[in-house]
Amino acid sequence: MSTPNAPVTDEKAAPRSNPFRSFNFSGRFWISLMLIVGVIALGLAGYLYPTSPGEKVGSLYDPPGAGLLLGTDNFGHDVLAVLMAGTRTSLIIGLVAGIVATSIGVVIGLLAGYVGGWFEELLMGATNVVLAIPSIIVLILISISLPQSTIWSLAIVIGITSWPWTARAVRAQASSVATREHVDVARLSGARLPGILLRDVLPYILSYTVMAFVLQVSGAILAEAALSMLGLGPSGANSLGIQLHWALAFQAVGGGAWWAFLPPTIILTLVSFGFLLLQSSLDEVFNPRLRRGKRKQMKQAAARRAEEARLLAEQAFPADAEPTRAGDPA
Amino acid sequence: MTLGRYIVRKAGWYLVALVAAVSLNFLLPRLVPGNPVDVIVSNLARGGSITGEQQKQIYEGFVAEFGLDAPLWQQFLTYLGKVFTGDLGTSFANYPASVNDLVGQALPWSVAVQLPAVLIGWIVGNLVGAIAAFRGGNWDRSVFTSALFLSAMPYYCLSILLLYGLAVVAGIFPVGGAYSLGLTPEFSVEFLWDAVSYYWLPFLSLVVVFIGGQAVGMRSMAIYELGGDYVNYARAMGIRDNKITQYIFRNAMLPQITGLALAIGTLVGGALITELVFSYPGVGTLLFNAITQNDYPVIQAITLIITVAVLVANFLVEIAYGIIDPRIRAASAGEK
Repeated sequence: MSTPNAPVTDEKAAPRSNPFRSFNFSGRFWISLMLIVGVIALGLAGYLYPTSPGEKVGSLYDPPGAGLLLGTDNFGHDVLAVLMAGTRTSLIIGLVAGIVATSIGVVIGLLAGYVGGWFEELLMGATNVVLAIPSIIVLILISISLPQSTIWSLAIVIGITSWPWTARAVRAQASSVATREHVDVARLSGARLPGILLRDVLPYILSYTVMAFVLQVSGAILAEAALSMLGLGPSGANSLGIQLHWALAFQAVGGGAWWAFLPPTIILTLVSFGFLLLQSSLDEVFNPRLRRGKRKQMKQAAARRAEEARLLAEQAFPADAEPTRAGDPA
Repeated sequence: MTLGRYIVRKAGWYLVALVAAVSLNFLLPRLVPGNPVDVIVSNLARGGSITGEQQKQIYEGFVAEFGLDAPLWQQFLTYLGKVFTGDLGTSFANYPASVNDLVGQALPWSVAVQLPAVLIGWIVGNLVGAIAAFRGGNWDRSVFTSALFLSAMPYYCLSILLLYGLAVVAGIFPVGGAYSLGLTPEFSVEFLWDAVSYYWLPFLSLVVVFIGGQAVGMRSMAIYELGGDYVNYARAMGIRDNKITQYIFRNAMLPQITGLALAIGTLVGGALITELVFSYPGVGTLLFNAITQNDYPVIQAITLIITVAVLVANFLVEIAYGIIDPRIRAASAGEK
């Protein structure tokens, strides 16, 4: 039933012979990878750092110097130690929430896109309803209701409030894959629904899923920071948001104690930028239409096409036999 | 005709979303193990600022107000009735004050910052993104990278940087607050002039990030449209570039309108913390104080108001989309 447009879509998704050469990783990709690896390394460095984040090494907002690279925070803790522990917590929350959100989103999206009909309407209706309610509001409501929040409960809560747009994106992709012939073949040969979804639909949207996951991770890190700054963060843990929360509460910005609030701000920005850059460079790898920066080549190609068209026109008019090939031989 | 049906269908979905949001707002704080009033009152008592007499008064007031001894569905109906008559209850932390008054004082500040930020940010962002896509080359690369950086920046991070850089270090803008000490909010030239100097930083931190996000979206949409078959066809027909640009712009604009709906939700959430950073006396600061004081009625009122505002904004955006895009009307009249 889908024969008319099947060749076009197949052409776009056709597996390439040498993936790494045609992947064409841009400079943007390497920059983003460096940023993310750098932040992860900072988080892991906390294990090697001698001072623990809970250790009191000075008084209120001691400036950097005297062995403390970034001074002390409002509790007299070493800012660098707190920053490392906080980065690690934020990354863990991002990862867990990203996995939860992407899993829910992919399952709902695949089911809706593949099964279709009223089921799709229902699932997507529910998704759109959830999508319309700002997730930070739901997060606030859940967080004030939880008697005690740990980093794990927070991660899962963030995960279950941020799946909808992944579901919507996956649904759009899955419903186009579901019309392909190989899915019909799988169905005719008696494959079950989970098998078809896992083996015949999911691989085609995997690139999409990876990109969605990357964005979910950074979104979750920012959501945690936002909640923590509002005072709803995980209790008894260090995170980038909690660090900022205390810095704001103890007037670090107004007092000019830049070492207390700039490091977490910068790390949050770098994490968010790094993941977004990674997503957009992956997008360009997977979607050639977005690839730019080769305008010169495009212009050359256009000039070549124009030249060919001109030659063709010159040939066609004197010959006058070509235009009437309505029968389409062979 | 068809547009009417589209609006009715959309209105139906948004009504469902509204009911879901109001129910969540009602139910979630009630999932606290035990009676929420016990938790609140014991928290208040722990602070030590409240006498036994007051404590009892608050307890009974709250139980009576929400009818906590009644079954859940009856409580829900009471809640709905109160909400729809515009009664948001009484604050705990500032006991006799009504939530309506507290929110009423905070809301104008938030609206004054966010509404212009959304409108100006959307227009400027789309123009910048479209120009980047059409010009291409280095212009595109630099605009895209900086827009991506800005859009990736959380609102509050930019707020902190701006506050420190422009207010604390450079001293161009006042540090925190919404107006100078000693002034009271009123409609006088002196007060407004003073308030404007405090207004810039929160406004800038919202609008700059918003411009970044919109520009990134518009750029990729315009590039996508540039590769469309109809563009090639129009070129082959010898239509001038200016005309084609118009077509591309119109088509690339449409997804941006839907994008606006989502962006508003994110902006409103981000603005909460931006206000906190600048101690701007808006809804965000009120929410923060309410959270630290376990002031459940205020928290619930704010979450409700924000949800309703975002839903209404999204609904208006969808209506605008239906009016602008003829395909929507045609499609919703047809099968899908």
